[in-house]
Amino acid sequence: MHWLNIIIQGVLTGGLYALFAAGLSLIFGVMRLVNIAHGDLIVLAAYLALIVTTTLGINPLLSIIIVAPVMAAIGYALQRTLLNRTLGDDLLPPLLVTFGLSVIIQNGLLELFTADSRRLQAGPIEVDSIHVAAGLAVGTLPLIQFTVAVIVIAGLQAIFYRTAIGRAFRATSDDRAVAQLMGLDNRHVYALAMALSLAVVAIAGVFLAVRANFDPSIGPARLLFGFEAVIIGGLGSLWGTLVGGVVLGVAQAIGAEIDPGWQLLAGHIAFLVIVAVRPEGLFPKVQG
Amino acid sequence: MPETLLEVRALDAHYGDFQALFGVSIKVEAGQVVAVIGANGAGKSTLLQSIAGLIRARRDAIVFEGTAVGDEPAHVMVARGIALVPEGRRLFPSLTVEENLLIGGQLARNGPWNLDRVYALFPVLSERRNQPSTSLSGGQQQMVAIGRALMSNPKLLLCDEISLGLAPIVVRDIYSRLPAIVADGLSLIIVEQDIVQALAASDHVYCLQEGRVRLEGASLTLDDIAAAYFAV
Repeated sequence: MHWLNIIIQGVLTGGLYALFAAGLSLIFGVMRLVNIAHGDLIVLAAYLALIVTTTLGINPLLSIIIVAPVMAAIGYALQRTLLNRTLGDDLLPPLLVTFGLSVIIQNGLLELFTADSRRLQAGPIEVDSIHVAAGLAVGTLPLIQFTVAVIVIAGLQAIFYRTAIGRAFRATSDDRAVAQLMGLDNRHVYALAMALSLAVVAIAGVFLAVRANFDPSIGPARLLFGFEAVIIGGLGSLWGTLVGGVVLGVAQAIGAEIDPGWQLLAGHIAFLVIVAVRPEGLFPKVQG
Repeated sequence: MPETLLEVRALDAHYGDFQALFGVSIKVEAGQVVAVIGANGAGKSTLLQSIAGLIRARRDAIVFEGTAVGDEPAHVMVARGIALVPEGRRLFPSLTVEENLLIGGQLARNGPWNLDRVYALFPVLSERRNQPSTSLSGGQQQMVAIGRALMSNPKLLLCDEISLGLAPIVVRDIYSRLPAIVADGLSLIIVEQDIVQALAASDHVYCLQEGRVRLEGASLTLDDIAAAYFAV
């Protein structure tokens, strides 16, 4: 029962990692852009949620309603003004520019909010739990977080495969030039993809901020978890990303149980083992 | 006096330092089928890509419906009514047959073409509508590529080497649908290496050689073309 508990906690944490990863995966899938600033944008969203909750005095989870559209607008503008100029046959310029962006966001946040760690208070829901069986309890907040992750992934899946904009995303990803012949303006399609990615980032940022302390420097580690979840799941597969997040979460939970110092290490080891055994990830979709 | 739909005026095109077209001028009237023929590397595809906006040109080098549009990007040209069936078909592999057609029609220009009409023109596509586009035969893929371009309800359809890599019987099958396509007054530019097919299907022919128009006419014969190419 004890280990079952550990594994369930790990699965639920995995939902958060899947949220970190989903936006990253989406952007790479549509425009082959590796967004090094992804983790810092998650932290930026967390600070935005902090401002919204302290100004309006609302529950942090409700602040998503405001933070998500704001982040989406930032994403659209960022793509139109900056990132579109870096896209081409070469993968390096977007890497360098988003790396620079990462440095700018971290230092900007440091300047505005200092290096103090912050946390969002979600009230009694934080410590609530549901008793499933004797000795087995599931935290309400982690459960909400996991459910939201599943809904977000299912929502992205539906957008990609059931809507006109999803069709445009896939077509542009397949063949940029021919997509233009269909009347699609690449710059606009990419900007919409980045807006969607940052809306997901906003959700991830709020859950991150409710779950644990955050400060301006923690972005790159979130980026790393996101990357690992994407690679474990297999590039281009959204449900694979969820599985990747869960694998990472469970490995970390088991590692932490054996020795608290092993939490992060266990996650990285699980990642390395999977990459060694299945370099294409568990559910690969992108060929070549 | 028929109305001029498209006029290409002294068009030059470059790939870096390499010049692919030298002062090419052609004219397409409303409802006309124009063929552009020439050997590999003569600049035929470059000409179509320039008209479609994939290669930018001098603003006044391309005049469509009386407006100079040479410097406009491809997605704007589609909205104006120019659709290209690209060489090698280039369907979207992650889209189904029907999704490929739908994305062609997503601008929703007014006109006679819609899913039902495309399926009526190519009934075999209707049976395969939910299959991945890559699972089709070459000829069927070409039908999707043509259908996808028609879905935007163009005034001018550009077809780049639609016979390439297809069996002669399939080529004849596809060419036999052209009259149904131009029936509503659509204009057509077909680029072909298959000269016999091009001459039979068109009202006017331009012969390109090394980026220049060598010969043009309304009723050229194979002998005229051979003379232009070989008897300098």
